[in-house]
Amino acid sequence: MIVKVEIQRRNSASEKTRTQTFSVETDAAATVALLLECINEEQAADDPISWECSCKQKKCGACAMLINGRPRLACDARVHDYPKGVIKLAPLGKFPVVRDLTVDRSAMFDALAKLGAWLTESAGADETGTAYDASRCLQCGCCLEVCPNFYAGGEFFGAAALAPASRLISEAGTGDAQRLREAYNAHFYRGCGKSLSCKNICPAGIDTERLLVNSNAAAVWKRKMRKARGKK
Amino acid sequence: MINIVGAGLAGLSAALTLAERGIKCRLISAQPSERAQSVLAEGGINAALDTMGEGDTAELHFEETMKGGAFLADPNAVQSLTSGAPGVVMKLASLGVPFSRNGDGSLMLRSFGGQKKKRTAFAQSSTGKMIMTALIDEVRKYEEKRLVARFPHHTFVRLLTGNCGCTGVRIKDEFTGRLYDCGGSVIAALGGLNGFFPSVTTGTVTNSGSPAAVMFAQGVKFANLEMIQYHPTSIAIPGKRCLVSEAARGEGGRLFSELDGSRSYFMEERYPTLKNLMPRDVISREMFFEKRAGRETYLDMTGLSGEVWENRLSDLRSEIMSYLPIDPKNVPVQVAPAIHYFMGGIYVNERHGTCMSGLYAAGECACIYHGANRLGGNSMLGAVFGGMKAAESAAVQQTDDAFEEYTGSDEFACCAAPGLVRRTGELLLGGLGIVRNAETVEAALAGTERLDCGNAVDEARKKLASAMLASALARKESRGAHYREDFPEPDDEYRKTTVCALSGGKTEITFEEIPERRQK
Repeated sequence: MIVKVEIQRRNSASEKTRTQTFSVETDAAATVALLLECINEEQAADDPISWECSCKQKKCGACAMLINGRPRLACDARVHDYPKGVIKLAPLGKFPVVRDLTVDRSAMFDALAKLGAWLTESAGADETGTAYDASRCLQCGCCLEVCPNFYAGGEFFGAAALAPASRLISEAGTGDAQRLREAYNAHFYRGCGKSLSCKNICPAGIDTERLLVNSNAAAVWKRKMRKARGKK
Repeated sequence: MINIVGAGLAGLSAALTLAERGIKCRLISAQPSERAQSVLAEGGINAALDTMGEGDTAELHFEETMKGGAFLADPNAVQSLTSGAPGVVMKLASLGVPFSRNGDGSLMLRSFGGQKKKRTAFAQSSTGKMIMTALIDEVRKYEEKRLVARFPHHTFVRLLTGNCGCTGVRIKDEFTGRLYDCGGSVIAALGGLNGFFPSVTTGTVTNSGSPAAVMFAQGVKFANLEMIQYHPTSIAIPGKRCLVSEAARGEGGRLFSELDGSRSYFMEERYPTLKNLMPRDVISREMFFEKRAGRETYLDMTGLSGEVWENRLSDLRSEIMSYLPIDPKNVPVQVAPAIHYFMGGIYVNERHGTCMSGLYAAGECACIYHGANRLGGNSMLGAVFGGMKAAESAAVQQTDDAFEEYTGSDEFACCAAPGLVRRTGELLLGGLGIVRNAETVEAALAGTERLDCGNAVDEARKKLASAMLASALARKESRGAHYREDFPEPDDEYRKTTVCALSGGKTEITFEEIPERRQK
């Protein structure tokens, strides 16, 4: 089958966006990531589309982009998800564009630094499964794209910070817990409008509502998630 | 100041080791650590913690690692690795890696290939992702203390060299196109060479192999390049092979081949002791011969308990269901071997030093711990432990911390042509299959020599690709992952390291003695 791929392109953030359209012969099970690889090798070899890609199996978050208006990983989106045969690709809208579909997501990592997303004491055993679930966060930014409260550079850091914060709070010792609770309140709890728009968007399938409930309980109402580790 | 090229497991481990000693480093990577291939590692990490009451020891871990690698690894390096393993895993646990635990709080261990005792610590089948998350957070603490400087969208261009060896690294900011020269020793933590086999490995695209190729062109020696691990169980997904973790067999999954409705549990029939947990080279070879006889191989996980699916392999199940889509709980999955790991790489000594003073290598890009075949669960161990060792070695002679923009042009500041990368991959795959012979390797080598290159990176890649094939041709025996139909037996004459060096533009292959084991 032939699909039409419309790609928003520009060489830098200051340039005006132009749309370039490609016709690609493919099969219905192909991913958008595969289409982009084909386009770059066969049709755009002289001026390849800039996009980020790494694992091609939904485990690294590199290829997040807007696909027909919705933030998704290009390696997750299949041709058969778009039965009209038209696939429109645009860069994530909440981060500065570097080139074509590549955006600068450093605001996400800066937020984690500002949050103090680390431990200074030995980790304890998380009793809730939160550490495992939250550690699966890809830092792709899809959740931030749909969040009505998040903008890059603001004081509210969104679900991309909720996940690491939840992981750390669930395992934190006494000293870290106080610091992380305060940071969580300042940069997540106070700014979150509880729209839960992040709930069904995560490519890793993280249940952000569950993280929110557990971490609010721990950070805001100081319920314990951790028990001291046994000696062995 | 130390420059670390690569921010996966080995690079992060090196950065953390340096930062804990108060030594500054630059952590240079094409993309953030979350995108590194290490996040794909699944089944677990080996350490003789002996928490399962089986009497496991570091010495047994040593013996099985050496035997699994067909006695081609440096025994002193392996001893250091296996005796250091329990400390590595306990440190990771203290950083908050959510390893599965026994009722008494100790780490739970699972069975893995080539090992008679349960030795593999795990977090479901996402162990790599869990370890990476904890290490990324830990390193972030030292970024705030200005001990680790991240360069998260910067690629390797070339090593800077002088009379006394490697003096730094030139990098390119992929967002701006600008080049920078970073002074100081260099730790290469590049990952494996899967970029030479596009679309047919279980690895990542970011891991292009080009930095390794440029280093080879600049005179860095490589070793055991013919030793390429085919993991027995992978499934085809769009644009790549997707790993089905060895943990599936560690937890009870069984391989069988089928022809006309009759099943043969060939691994259990031929290897009654370790059965489906024989080392990967053996299983992949058996599957190759099954396939040649017209029998496809399936992985039967239908006998696994609900508890195992729930608590140990839930992510594996959802991955298979999302891509195939069948439920492995109910239906056997057709699997095939795929390129998964490179035992060979930059030739290093047991301190992770290379032939070039000031340059160290760790993780999959370094040839050190795994000999002719790596055991499952030893890769993450080798990456974390190797990163630590390389950092300790590099820390001894750190000097320069110059950092300045380079405004000239550099022939290596370009990308390999995608078409040429694909063609090289096809040739390499033809020559370096699970089963090889002189004819197929020579044909691939001749094809590679004829490739037209458009730029200096293409040329460097061609040289390293030729070196891989020349190594396979030179080793006239079968050992570990290297199986020559025309020389099907191991030959003690070849229990040596294959070393490749460029000399006057030509690849020279020599066989170097493997060191004797020092006193235990």
